[in-house]
Amino acid sequence: MNRLAQTALLFLLGATLLHAGLTDLYLRYVKAGLRPLVLVAGVVLIATAVATLWYERRRARGQQHHHHEPRISWLLTLPVLALILVSPPALGSYSAAHTGTALTKPFGFPDLPAGEPLRLGVADYAGRAVYDKGRHLRDRELKITGFVTLDRSGTPYLVRMGLNCCAADAQPVKIALTGDIPPVLSPDTWLEITGRYTPRRAKDPVNDGPIPYLDVTSARPVPVPADPYDETWNT
Amino acid sequence: MPLRTTGGTGPVATTKTVPQESGERGDFEADRGQEEGRHLNSPLLLTLLLLTAVMLQGPIRGALSAPVMQSWMTVFVAVMVQALPFLVLGVLLSAGIAVFVPPSFFARALPKRPALAVPVAGVAGAVLPGCECASVPVAGALVRRGVTPAAALAFLLSAPAINPIVLTATAVAFPGNPEMVLARFVASLLVACAMGWLWHRVGRTDWLRPPDRPTYEGQGKGAAFWGSVRHDVTHAGGFLVVGAMAAATLKAVVPEEWLRAAAGNPVFSVLALAVLAVLLSICSEADAFVAASLTQFSLTARLTFLVVGPMIDLKLFAMQAGTFGRAFALRFAPATFALAVVVSALTGTVLL
Repeated sequence: MNRLAQTALLFLLGATLLHAGLTDLYLRYVKAGLRPLVLVAGVVLIATAVATLWYERRRARGQQHHHHEPRISWLLTLPVLALILVSPPALGSYSAAHTGTALTKPFGFPDLPAGEPLRLGVADYAGRAVYDKGRHLRDRELKITGFVTLDRSGTPYLVRMGLNCCAADAQPVKIALTGDIPPVLSPDTWLEITGRYTPRRAKDPVNDGPIPYLDVTSARPVPVPADPYDETWNT
Repeated sequence: MPLRTTGGTGPVATTKTVPQESGERGDFEADRGQEEGRHLNSPLLLTLLLLTAVMLQGPIRGALSAPVMQSWMTVFVAVMVQALPFLVLGVLLSAGIAVFVPPSFFARALPKRPALAVPVAGVAGAVLPGCECASVPVAGALVRRGVTPAAALAFLLSAPAINPIVLTATAVAFPGNPEMVLARFVASLLVACAMGWLWHRVGRTDWLRPPDRPTYEGQGKGAAFWGSVRHDVTHAGGFLVVGAMAAATLKAVVPEEWLRAAAGNPVFSVLALAVLAVLLSICSEADAFVAASLTQFSLTARLTFLVVGPMIDLKLFAMQAGTFGRAFALRFAPATFALAVVVSALTGTVLL
């Protein structure tokens, strides 16, 4: 790969990063806090491409150079194509079904705001249900959003993936569903579920982690949230 | 793209990061006739590749729609998007130092006695913010400028592991375990100094084949700076793609039970992650995030991953063989690996 091709590739890579950072696309892969760094990297890559062209032009004519630039550079076309052509979705039911629930004991259980219905995150509900015996959850109408995952036996779970840094370290927290479950559930559908606390528990078939149940009263399909990951669960 | 570059000669290209224009012209004229016919036009090839991919995007998307492939792609893209900013930042800073700080400065700053110069050079590694791909050419330049090889090697090993960018990335990747940063710093510095002293005691100069090409001479500082950035991003970025693909494969395809089986035994888990670090060849600016995702493993095993990875892996071995010669790399790499595993296991036991 010679300089001109490298320049074109750097420009494409920078433009791809800018595209991902300026839309919500980057949220499928990394945490929201990395946005400034992604944008800066995109700008620097484009600047490098422009500077290379600039210095190539200033060089005396007729001085052609064949540099044996490393072949490994060609691999950089892969992330560009993957991001532009495919833009893979955020991790969903496949990873969730193959990974055990990552529920850990929360540091504390602050009081929940009054008012019905109460909106809760998947990890918040699971943590309070499993480790606080649902003390603050009883007799409340709850609204929880997550995506549907079916395990091998077809048991439905409501899942949200938590994330420390990027999707490579994403781990699911799962809630099992009981009560008035919609008759047809397809994996990766995002649902806003209205329901009530139930003391019933299950064990994750993958890692024997605790999974609380939620007594569903109604379920409503919702669009995928801008940030598909739960970034608060582990901080 | 050059057809001539093969596995053996590829790494040599790293030493002529931005080849000087004046010196090469003479050689080039002689080669020109035979070179012309054997060069593929790489911009054309790139254009064709991109256009073909766009034309075939329907079938490509179809082929990649299986859940396991989607999950693989997501992790692959995630590692790239997350690591590229750190790679770019490191490459910018290392280009700045390589171009604007004269190499003679490093030679002057080091003590004359090699035994003392080793730890000083090891600690000085902290000021070269870059990944291991950047430190190999810099260490080569240091040897060329008269720095004792033992000190240059300590620098080579410590720089990718203990510089501020890598330590910051480690802190970001392990938000719940700040002691990981300290453990990584201590273990990496210990291994780097021990390898430097070991080289001073038993190393022989004829194992070393110092590179004979000065790197940034004969062109303006601006051209050298941007040339270095361009080369390092495309070169290290390519290796990053390899690492991201391996990490995605590991995450999406290998059943969790396998890793859990390896993670169960403390000795085996340390060895498994040490070998994994060598095979994955992840840039040190990104490896902390991959290590953080290996949640099944103990912190000590993950520390081994973080200490071994920046010091020796497949791409580093290739680069070291290219810069210093194969006789050197064949002796240096296994010794580094063994020492890094032992020291990080001990450090992990004490600190984590």
